[in-house]
Amino acid sequence: MSTTEMPPFLDAALPVPVEETGWLADLRQAGLDIYKRKGLPTPKVEAWKYTNLGGLAKTEFKPAALDVTVAADKLPLAAALSLDALALVFVNGRFDPAVSDLGALPKGLRVESLSKVLQAEPALVEPLLGKLATREDLPLAALNTGLLTDGLFVRLAKGVTLDKALHVVSVASGGSSAAAFHPRNLIVLEEGAKATIVESHVGLPDFPTFENSVTEVTLGEGAELKHYRLLNGPDTSYHVGVTLADVAAKARYESFALAIGGALTRNEVRVVLSGEGAHGVVNGSYAVHGGQHVDNTVLVDHAVPRATSSQLFKGVLDGTGKAVFQGKVLVRRDAQETDAQQLHKALLLSRGAEVDTKPELEIYADDVKCSHGATVGEMDAEQLFYLMARGIDEETALALLVEAFVEDVVHEISDEVVREAFIRKVRDWQTGREKAVWSE
Amino acid sequence: MALLAIKDLRARVEEKEILKGLSLTINPGEVHAIMGPNGAGKSTLSSVITGKPGYEITEGSVLFEGKDLAELAANERACEGIFLAFQYPVEIPGVNYTTFLKTAINAKRKYFGEEEIDAMEFLKLMKSKIKLLKIADDMMKRPVNVGFSGGEKKRADVLQMAMLDPKLMILDEMDSGLDIDALRIAADGVNTLRSPDKAILCITHYQRLLDYVVPDFVHVLAGGRIVKSGGKELALELEEKGYTEFENAAA
Repeated sequence: MSTTEMPPFLDAALPVPVEETGWLADLRQAGLDIYKRKGLPTPKVEAWKYTNLGGLAKTEFKPAALDVTVAADKLPLAAALSLDALALVFVNGRFDPAVSDLGALPKGLRVESLSKVLQAEPALVEPLLGKLATREDLPLAALNTGLLTDGLFVRLAKGVTLDKALHVVSVASGGSSAAAFHPRNLIVLEEGAKATIVESHVGLPDFPTFENSVTEVTLGEGAELKHYRLLNGPDTSYHVGVTLADVAAKARYESFALAIGGALTRNEVRVVLSGEGAHGVVNGSYAVHGGQHVDNTVLVDHAVPRATSSQLFKGVLDGTGKAVFQGKVLVRRDAQETDAQQLHKALLLSRGAEVDTKPELEIYADDVKCSHGATVGEMDAEQLFYLMARGIDEETALALLVEAFVEDVVHEISDEVVREAFIRKVRDWQTGREKAVWSE
Repeated sequence: MALLAIKDLRARVEEKEILKGLSLTINPGEVHAIMGPNGAGKSTLSSVITGKPGYEITEGSVLFEGKDLAELAANERACEGIFLAFQYPVEIPGVNYTTFLKTAINAKRKYFGEEEIDAMEFLKLMKSKIKLLKIADDMMKRPVNVGFSGGEKKRADVLQMAMLDPKLMILDEMDSGLDIDALRIAADGVNTLRSPDKAILCITHYQRLLDYVVPDFVHVLAGGRIVKSGGKELALELEEKGYTEFENAAA
């Protein structure tokens, strides 16, 4: 890139809806500076070797207009998870109170739009915002920081347990042109607080959309967050999201992401286990067909001794679908007695599909237990014949086996209600797939 | 009409001819045993009848109730009433046993244009068969064959047989991997399913299974053909003398 050329997404005047205080202006500028220096990542950057954003850069995205709303009956809720939960709806990263259903919030829980907090109580978020995400090696997160306006703010007070899940539905809608938006979410669980937060990322297939989200999670000592994401946008959607979690002593961060929709999805999760006895689970599952592209990139950073972590990803690929798994475990010098596991398994249903797997262990301590594994396989012919020998036709047999393969990791979701919702989603996808794909 | 009529069957797998002109007729109610040395083509025969991919009929015919099996896919053959009890039942992680059974029953119903089985009716049927075959309930809650012992796997196959109510039951080396008690339990299960309108084709290397599932006819398969047929006493004779005579004959 020449030095005079501006990287994409900065070329239009950007709406700044909140009055900027000094620190926020500085933070935005720091983000913009990084992004301008680094630009949109290309495959020449190691972390983006297998995911090419070239196609994205060619589309002329405009900043999503602030006034795009979607009528309640036009929301693509069928694509979202079906959950009995406190629901927040964001359209193009803007909180839409008209279609949200929060009811009376439990005591100790604050759930608001970030823009409101920035306006009313900026001091509340100042020490947290950008703490994890403003980094040279995350240029898109830096872009998000540079343009941050709205998103989700959750704060759960010390010792409070949330009975019901919090469900965040993020709807992408171009409105009248291809639109880019950059939601910024901040989740804080104080000491011993416990919550389940679920995100459904969906959209309307009217115009191409690009969601570049950043979620910063801070867990106090002994806190527990179950953080699940469904990535199910239409074929016109691009989603690049990074979730950064800081997990204190004895706290537990459990994440799961199911990617089944969208043209291109990158689900990046970085977990820092910063206190002894911290536990991180980063799981995921994906299913791609047609020309879909899914990238799961994980970094678990064992910064202190006696923390534990596991990663399990399973995916199914059909058509000319492409998947990327980059999983890294970093065990720092002092992180003795670390226990870290990682496994990625992909099932290829067609010859045109492609999987790129890069597992990495970077270990500087000497007393650790780490394992990693990766397999790429085809459908097991013996299993298929066994089912067919019982009268089950080939399509149904394949569906059973694919579902079993994907569901295996879905079963690891420890919140039972959410687990069931994800299983239903896998089965919906499977039913749709039988109609759409196997008739090709 | 014969239930199964195999005539001058020649079949190959991966370009190698294994069956070289095999003929066999099985009528309803009969129990046939196919015995023979390793490599004679016993498992190939069961694979060809059940339609396992990779096994190709080059000459001759296999008719099931007059229908040409070469024109039916494996699942269609199963729906028509052919059941293979596998030598090594396959483990299928993630597929719940009950879901699997119900899917299989509904597949057969759909094949004949019938309604899906009602959930209560299915449970009743399953419970009655579980009781009949003395199977532990908790097996049904597990993934198909995962973590089952050798004996449990065979019993689970027999349960599927009971649920699907086939006309021809093919037992492929049922005694593989079973101790004598497990073998007796599995064989007892098969015997409870015997009836005048069903036939059994028992494929085995050893005679011991035939003490429990007693055949009407015993055939010796060697070199891809049936080289000798007789009554149940032939099995005892083979046990005593071995297959050397036939191996030489076939060569």
